[in-house]
Amino acid sequence: MAHGSKTKNKVTLATLLSALGNDLKMIGLTFKEGDIKTKLSFIIMGLGPILRGQILIGLVLMLAQALFFWYIKGFGWAYLSKITTLGTVATQKIKRKTVYGDNSFLILLFGVLSIFAVIAIITLWRLNVAENRKEELALKAGKKLPTNLETFTSLFDKNFDKTLLLLPVTGIFVFTVLPIVFMIFIAFTNYDSNHQPPANLFTWVGLENFKELVSFGNQGLGPTFFKVLAWTLVWAFFATFIDYFLGLAVAILINKKGIKFKKLWRTILVMTIAVPQFVSLLYVAKMFANDGLINGFLKSVGLIENSIPFWSNPMLARITIIVINIWIGIPYLMLIATGLLMNIPEDLYESARIDGASPWQMFKSITLPYMLFVTGPFLLTQFTGNLNNFGVIFLLSGGGPGTISYAGNAGTTDLLVTWLYKMTVNDSNYKMASVIGIMVFIVTAIFALGVYGLLPSVKDEEGFQ
Amino acid sequence: MIKTGYKTKKAIGNVFAYIFLILICIIWLFPFVGLVLQSFRSYATEYGGMVSYIVPKQFSLDNYKFMFSGETNFLLWYKNTVTIAFFVSLLQTMVILCVSYALSRMRFAGRTLLMKSWLILGLFPGFLTMICLYFLLKQFGLTQAGAIPGLILVSVASSGMGYYVCKGYFDTIPKALDEAARIDGASRARIFFTMTIPMSKPIIIYTALVAFMAPWNDYIFASYVAFGHDKSYNVAVAMYRWMNTNDYQGYFTRFCAGGVLIAIPVTILFMFLQKYYVEGVTGGAVKG
Repeated sequence: MAHGSKTKNKVTLATLLSALGNDLKMIGLTFKEGDIKTKLSFIIMGLGPILRGQILIGLVLMLAQALFFWYIKGFGWAYLSKITTLGTVATQKIKRKTVYGDNSFLILLFGVLSIFAVIAIITLWRLNVAENRKEELALKAGKKLPTNLETFTSLFDKNFDKTLLLLPVTGIFVFTVLPIVFMIFIAFTNYDSNHQPPANLFTWVGLENFKELVSFGNQGLGPTFFKVLAWTLVWAFFATFIDYFLGLAVAILINKKGIKFKKLWRTILVMTIAVPQFVSLLYVAKMFANDGLINGFLKSVGLIENSIPFWSNPMLARITIIVINIWIGIPYLMLIATGLLMNIPEDLYESARIDGASPWQMFKSITLPYMLFVTGPFLLTQFTGNLNNFGVIFLLSGGGPGTISYAGNAGTTDLLVTWLYKMTVNDSNYKMASVIGIMVFIVTAIFALGVYGLLPSVKDEEGFQ
Repeated sequence: MIKTGYKTKKAIGNVFAYIFLILICIIWLFPFVGLVLQSFRSYATEYGGMVSYIVPKQFSLDNYKFMFSGETNFLLWYKNTVTIAFFVSLLQTMVILCVSYALSRMRFAGRTLLMKSWLILGLFPGFLTMICLYFLLKQFGLTQAGAIPGLILVSVASSGMGYYVCKGYFDTIPKALDEAARIDGASRARIFFTMTIPMSKPIIIYTALVAFMAPWNDYIFASYVAFGHDKSYNVAVAMYRWMNTNDYQGYFTRFCAGGVLIAIPVTILFMFLQKYYVEGVTGGAVKG
């Protein structure tokens, strides 16, 4: 398996390199064989198409180049040039007046943006060259170029994908890609509460923060990190599989022959999905509080004398969270399982019954394998979703109870994501938050990409036909 | 003899099944019944804190009156939430439809690259980018006083990555239909607007419903963006603060009343559109 992907990687690398080579060859050839319009286009993008009457394409290219120069000259270069140091001029107070120096945050953010702008302009430039070559070859072959109107209407036909994707892709770029790249860089700086722009500068520190995360020294976060990681994995495992099997059981029960009011049972369970989670979870959290309904009731009937520490005992808090999560998870899984159970061919059960199989045997050898086969990918997304299940933990326990054996303000029920949240919002410890974010990504990616390839439904797509 | 034995066994089995189902339903509804009952507890005589009984000793509308009185901005927060939910629902559905159609029907250079890179981007935890997003919004004046449009913008901007369910649905619409229309001279845009969209009612409703329900729960980012600006809170932020930063013992029944007011419209909408929700979940979830 690992070997296979390795050779595959090699192959993709080789194809990438050869594609790059072909590209360079194409660019060289275009320049050598091209006429003056093409040659000028190497410097002024889009000039060739404009001179050949392709005003629309040419203008877009020209505008992109103008925009790039405007950005880099007026704005980008000032930041990009400082990206290696993230600023050297500190903000000072001179005669009661604050004189602002470099702002590391802005330098990094706009530096990253400038790098993206450079990559974008190189890509566009390459497209510009290809467009010139295409036009020239078409003209040489005696073909007519499409008119401007045709180019425009193709945006709603042949090139409709570009129209559809332009805004969504831009949005994702600005609000997801750029921030993620920015935050990955933050993991290699010392950006924390002591180095907050604009008052202070922060700077590159290399792998320091990663070392801190796995250091087991006196102040090290290592022990806490591995404990939080372990709980994250344990939580995701139980939250996924307990919910899955109980949801399946409830679905089978409702689906059972002879059970009436099927729709009613389902509706009652599904209704609980509709109520916003912050309402239901906060209410349930208070229900289990020391002075809440459950403890109050048990005390008043004399079953217990002291409150059961649902939220202040680490072990009990973890169990309570997993149990309450069953309450949230079952309706959802019941829905999915119901849909799938109906797809299992009835004659499988028929023949099993003739052979004298018990219900349990039928479940074990027909229902379960079928469900596991079909829901494999779904289980995986559930698992990775639970690794990052912020809402449940945050609303129920807030990560608590805390303990002195944990560093970095982590609580005993904190997942990596809630810890990351606390570091960002409570402690302004952005550098460590970024490192944890990268760790979350690695853990999620290992499960999502690694396990996915091992799933039977992916390996053997036709297995259950 | 054997037959009757089988029958009684089955009947007993069913009785147990019913008992179990009733039990489950009681457990599942218990918190909601509690929430509703507590919201009607008299604030004047029983105070607003937590108690060890569910049925109030005296019913009253005190807590609801508090919501509609000028003492809190509850109505404003409610309006904020509805505004966000409405626009996010509308715009997000449009974005997802566009992306899904393009990815399902059209083949273009970089298509698989796009899908793969979005998959990987999705593995990063969302809060990681919070401070960067906050700063980006701040540049446009979309934090604090402008938090509402800011939140809408952020929710909608990245929503294209959630195309999976919708694309899965489009994939099941036969491509032959598109081909036939194209032979008749219809453009891609025409096919999309006059054929695909009308045929996709269930998945459009599902997408819109899910998008509508999400903002009601948004605490994390909403509180960060609206930071300290009371008028820009949504209900989740405001009511979370009632329960955690304020003296929650005085606000518990008020929280319950607010919770009921929030849950009612969402639940009604959900009940009406349940069919589509079920279709979306059962259809889309498994394909992963």
